[in-house]
Amino acid sequence: MSVLILVEHDGSHIKDATLPTVTAASQLGEVHVLVVGNNADGVAQAAAKIAGVAKVHVANSPALEHQLAEAVAPVVARLMEGHDAFVAPATTTGKNIAPRVAALLDVMQVTDILSVEGPDTFTRPIYAGNAIATVKSKDAKKVITVRTTAFEKAAADGGSAAVEQVDAGGDPGSSSFVGLEASKSERPELTSAKVIVSGGRAFGSSEQFHALLDPLADKLGAGVGASRAAVDAGYAPNDYQVGQTGKIVAPEVYIAIGISGAIQHLAGMKDSKTIIAINKDEEAPIFQVADIGLVGDLFKIVPELTEKL
Amino acid sequence: MKLLVAVKRVIDFNVKPRVKMDGSGVDLANVKMSMNPFDEIAVEEAIRLKEKGVATEIVAVSIGPAKAQETLRTALAMGADRAILVQTDEEVEPLAVAKILAKIAEEEQPGLVILGKQAIDDDNNATGQMLAALLGWPQGTFASKIEVSDSATVTREVDGGLETVKLKLPAVVTTDLRLNEPRYASLPNIMKAKSKPLATKSPGDYGVDVARRLETLKVVEPAKRQAGIKVGSVDELVERLHGLGIAK
Repeated sequence: MSVLILVEHDGSHIKDATLPTVTAASQLGEVHVLVVGNNADGVAQAAAKIAGVAKVHVANSPALEHQLAEAVAPVVARLMEGHDAFVAPATTTGKNIAPRVAALLDVMQVTDILSVEGPDTFTRPIYAGNAIATVKSKDAKKVITVRTTAFEKAAADGGSAAVEQVDAGGDPGSSSFVGLEASKSERPELTSAKVIVSGGRAFGSSEQFHALLDPLADKLGAGVGASRAAVDAGYAPNDYQVGQTGKIVAPEVYIAIGISGAIQHLAGMKDSKTIIAINKDEEAPIFQVADIGLVGDLFKIVPELTEKL
Repeated sequence: MKLLVAVKRVIDFNVKPRVKMDGSGVDLANVKMSMNPFDEIAVEEAIRLKEKGVATEIVAVSIGPAKAQETLRTALAMGADRAILVQTDEEVEPLAVAKILAKIAEEEQPGLVILGKQAIDDDNNATGQMLAALLGWPQGTFASKIEVSDSATVTREVDGGLETVKLKLPAVVTTDLRLNEPRYASLPNIMKAKSKPLATKSPGDYGVDVARRLETLKVVEPAKRQAGIKVGSVDELVERLHGLGIAK
């Protein structure tokens, strides 16, 4: 079986989400990857070095620069004539493009897989991770998105795959990129951070959220996350949100501060190696999943913790 | 401009789902069901576009059991003008839902189809993208802002921040959480909704085969985490963090 992966990149660097996707795909068959972009040859060269990658396809065109689904999906669909499965990380890019590819191929996507049980059998979370389904795909070709925290990362070095230019298609002309308001942060990205400090609505304001959490994160070299409640209240931008409908993270250490632990938040972080909870309510559900808990007032605890670290 | 919104009847988001003992699925007997929260946001956005004078008519569609009528009545009570129920007792996958919606879109010719980005039961996050592919229309997924004129400008919640795209109409948009806060239907509007038109169809009327492509072999509860220890002071916590090797 040959598997085609869509490489996640920002035009110059491969994003970490690609690496666990390679691991998942290698459990299905020979791994080929596709890099789409404009002048993406540098990324393609880097992709060729990923351990386990047998071939790199690269499609270059101005229409592919921002990886809009309308332009990318037909390129993938054409390449799928020679592949048995298409696999993408379940990032916002993968989630945007993969179902569009699936429909073009008349395939029902297997979403957000946690494990590969066989060539056509996978486990995946449903009901916000409250249940795990084992599903078997009856489609001849597979379209799969991968929960990246569920697979080890493939090594970014060690491979030496051949790079081949492929048909980049035309510009469908139906959509155009206007802009990206990128979150500027010197901190590690949530999905690859080793330590995450995450805040909830208990912080009370955006000012207090940042005044208390940022110094702690700086001390720990941590990424900063937030509960949905904190994001909805405007304390933190949307891409901070950890949870079933936000980012799924699995750092070495996750420190949840002033987060009660709603089901949908737990779904996004319960695979973290060690969970630490700080909350004034000792009955908060977060303590049921926390390895280490501290009951108390975050406005006292967080500054003291930051100082003593 | 006509708007099409798709709504799904799902387990209420406040209910904790229970896995059936025989591993065949999640127990939905005697469980409160509601409109999928992301779809409520879709209905609300359609109503706001109508209130702004951008849209003239809102057609709500649901594909599901007879009881999905209640979900459609909720959409009508919120402000949709008429509804179509494509009735089936099968569990219809996103691909088949998208095929039915594509047929309805061909009939109704909406300028915009608005859907929730994902249903909170099967968590696929696929129907909108699939529908856009089948129609050959552009898509604006995970929308946190929609501006409609002769095109649609959609701000999308993406991993790295907020991306804005411009879509030619007709287009498909899927909603994220922060697009709006859905209204509650008022009692007079709930009464009025009872007399709004609701057509009942079947998947066969649209020539769509809803046979499942994914067979569910079993459904289990996820591995549980054990609660750990509580520490009594910040000093103890600092010591633990040192022990984990994350603090210098």
